[in-house]
Amino acid sequence: MKVYTPRDESEAATIVAQAAAGGLRLAIGGANSKAALGRRMEVDSRLSSTQMSGVTLYEPAELVIAAKSGTPVSEVVRVLTERGQELPFEPMDYRPLLGTRMEPTIGALAAMNISGPRRIMAGAARDSLIGIRAVNGRGQVVKSGGRVMKNVTGLDLVKLLAGSWGTLGFLTEVTFKVLPRTERMATLIWRGLDDVRAIAALSRALGSPFDITGAAHLPTPDVKGSRTLIRLEGFSVSVDYRLGEVRRLLKGAGSAEILEGRGAESLWQSVRDATVLQDHAERAVWRVSTAPSKAPALAAEVARALDAQWFYDWGGGLLWIATRPEGDAGAAVVRAATRSAGGHATLLRAPDAIRDTVDVFEPQSEAIMTLQRGIKASFDPAGIFNPGRMYAGV
Amino acid sequence: MSIAFPKPDQAVLSNRAEILAGLSRLVANEALIVSEDERRAFETDGLTAYRRMPLAVVLPSSTAEVSEILRFCHAHGVKVVPRGAGTSLCGGAIPQEDAIVLGVSKMNRVLEVNLADRLIRVESGITNLGISQAVAHEGFFYAPDPSSQLACTIAGNIAMNSGGAHCLKYGVTTNNLLGVTLVLLDGTIVEIGGDGLDAPGYDLLGLITGSEGQLGVVTEATVRILHAAEGARPALLGFERVNDAGACVAAIIAAGIIPVALEYMDRPAIQICEAFAHAGYPLDVDAMLIVEVEGSDAEIDDMLRRIVAIAEPFHPKTIRVSQSEAESAAIWKGRKSAFGATGRVADYICMDGTIPTGQLPYVLKRIDEIAAAEGLGVANVFHAGDGNLHPLVMFDTNKPGEMEKAEHVGEEILKLCVEVGGCLTGEHGVGIEKRDLMSFQFNTADLEQQMRVRAVFDPLWLLNPAKVFPLDGRQFS
Repeated sequence: MKVYTPRDESEAATIVAQAAAGGLRLAIGGANSKAALGRRMEVDSRLSSTQMSGVTLYEPAELVIAAKSGTPVSEVVRVLTERGQELPFEPMDYRPLLGTRMEPTIGALAAMNISGPRRIMAGAARDSLIGIRAVNGRGQVVKSGGRVMKNVTGLDLVKLLAGSWGTLGFLTEVTFKVLPRTERMATLIWRGLDDVRAIAALSRALGSPFDITGAAHLPTPDVKGSRTLIRLEGFSVSVDYRLGEVRRLLKGAGSAEILEGRGAESLWQSVRDATVLQDHAERAVWRVSTAPSKAPALAAEVARALDAQWFYDWGGGLLWIATRPEGDAGAAVVRAATRSAGGHATLLRAPDAIRDTVDVFEPQSEAIMTLQRGIKASFDPAGIFNPGRMYAGV
Repeated sequence: MSIAFPKPDQAVLSNRAEILAGLSRLVANEALIVSEDERRAFETDGLTAYRRMPLAVVLPSSTAEVSEILRFCHAHGVKVVPRGAGTSLCGGAIPQEDAIVLGVSKMNRVLEVNLADRLIRVESGITNLGISQAVAHEGFFYAPDPSSQLACTIAGNIAMNSGGAHCLKYGVTTNNLLGVTLVLLDGTIVEIGGDGLDAPGYDLLGLITGSEGQLGVVTEATVRILHAAEGARPALLGFERVNDAGACVAAIIAAGIIPVALEYMDRPAIQICEAFAHAGYPLDVDAMLIVEVEGSDAEIDDMLRRIVAIAEPFHPKTIRVSQSEAESAAIWKGRKSAFGATGRVADYICMDGTIPTGQLPYVLKRIDEIAAAEGLGVANVFHAGDGNLHPLVMFDTNKPGEMEKAEHVGEEILKLCVEVGGCLTGEHGVGIEKRDLMSFQFNTADLEQQMRVRAVFDPLWLLNPAKVFPLDGRQFS
């Protein structure tokens, strides 16, 4: 398949305009490291941002960084780390789950609205994304937002592009708000809590004034092995104080140990990347977003019907479920449980044959689908960008 | 008075009796306001220099009624101007002669408080402060706090993506909204988002937020609530030179400190606010910062000590660390009364551009020059952490031509904000006030794409149509 790799925005615009004129369907992306996500599509060529790379603006004192969309995430992280800063939303690295090696790009963080455990405190990519430039399906360069973090000028197309999976535009440049890395990170770990008690404890902590930046529960078949995690970040004095307060607040959950340093970092990385799921690279993997208090019952309902493993992030608001990669990968059960709890389920990882027959994204009401199709057509009237990647016709 | 309104649709005007009769079948008698006296209360908002008498005002009490009203207006080609509390500073709720005002103020109930999941579901006419008050007894609050929070509604906050003084830490409306019930122009009721942090599909919630009432009418909202910090205390830092204040802000952030609020006031603002609030502000400095941090007493002490140490190299003339709640209240009273206090000494228009914070000294110097060229004064209050400027351009309504001069100064200031890499509006919205400047920030392709998205929701341009987009060159599909 032909891969177009424009070197700049205007070259990208020309390629898109020609593709639109000829009805050439394009797979939109960067390094193609996440091609296995979403619905499968039929395309004629690929349009990749990998030749558009480099940080274009970095003002540490203004907490802002801009980069061409094909810039490797690792490059952005390196530049930020040099000045003691980071992307606040702690983006998940999909490579372990998908078994890919390509270096992911900064554009994909925006296009897929990727986030991680710190989502509960700092928001997702869409909350830090303050500006975009993109080529729409007419071959026009469109900008929205900018480089300042407070901006309500005009319709917020930044949000629309974030999480649109390349179906609305080919991002050429993205601008993120960044934050200082904290001086210290410490994690409290309780053992032996069942799901209901664990989520209640996490809710209690998240409803406290102690600025929790990570709240996860990792169950095991034998409840004795389960771990419930709360992360605190900040200046050392403050972390000490809050460790004490959170322990006191949750004394009903038993005593907690403190984990810091490399061990704690890799633990949160395994939560972020869902690698705490055993055999994660072989199983089908679901990502379910719901209200935290509903999550334990949702998981229990799934467990009654399926051979499943699961864990909770976001204080219970994000439920990761691994199922057997056969049949419908548990779609009927997971979706029914999600419907009754309220929320939505995405089939993140599954063999192609299953992704072809199961709704990868949560089906939406006809009224919402009408709006989505309209928005799609307003950006990409010929339907050439990632056709059907999210929904049929979108 | 330089902002144009579209010419009223004569067919609608001459059809008024029939339209009123149709509306009266949809809502209770007292919910339909037709008399001129009563309609007058709705002819303007916070941008009082502009006013237009609406065709009628409807104050529905349920989502179903809103749906009926919109369906009717859609069928009859009647324009609709949605309204919360009418506190918009950019004319976002100013009606026009051939439009009805659809006000949500009667829909102000709390529908659900869910502390375990840290959310609250409300009808959209509830005030911003009303949300916080509904959960305050449990120690919780709703974070975005525009200075009009006593009066403004969550409906208006969503329409304008409102911010406040604490968004450096807590974000603005769009970062705190989980779900809405939205009524489309044809009466369709859609649920967007819900109780979880992420929603499937395109980010319609993000699109609706800040869309200035042009995509639909929000009747219910689910927002995140947070537990309030154990305490908060500000420090007040005065500087003889603007550059030092700007450099101090940069140094605080570079040190890894994100204060919950970081406010800047210039000399005229300090003088005006001190005369009004007697907050104990230093009168011999050119720039003053209010830096507030949160946490336990010990955390606050530690953080303020760090901030004072960071400030030292920039020669602060005043360093005052609040020692008590009363002192904190006094320090904030001065800042929060900036608009009211300015209103006592002059008429003013309040601008709302955002700039990259590194440009602060240059921008303040240019603002002075721009105003001086018209013989006007400007007081600047400013969210220094995020670059959101609020220059108050002062004038005297009784002097012919001064208001036009002030508007011109405001326009030049906003253009300056865009030129240095910022934007026209940080939290007030575009409304009618900045509508004609949109083409200064956006090119034709940018604006056309926004209007095409708008047209997905309202191809007839019936919803709040005089706002946001320049009257020429509108896209209908």
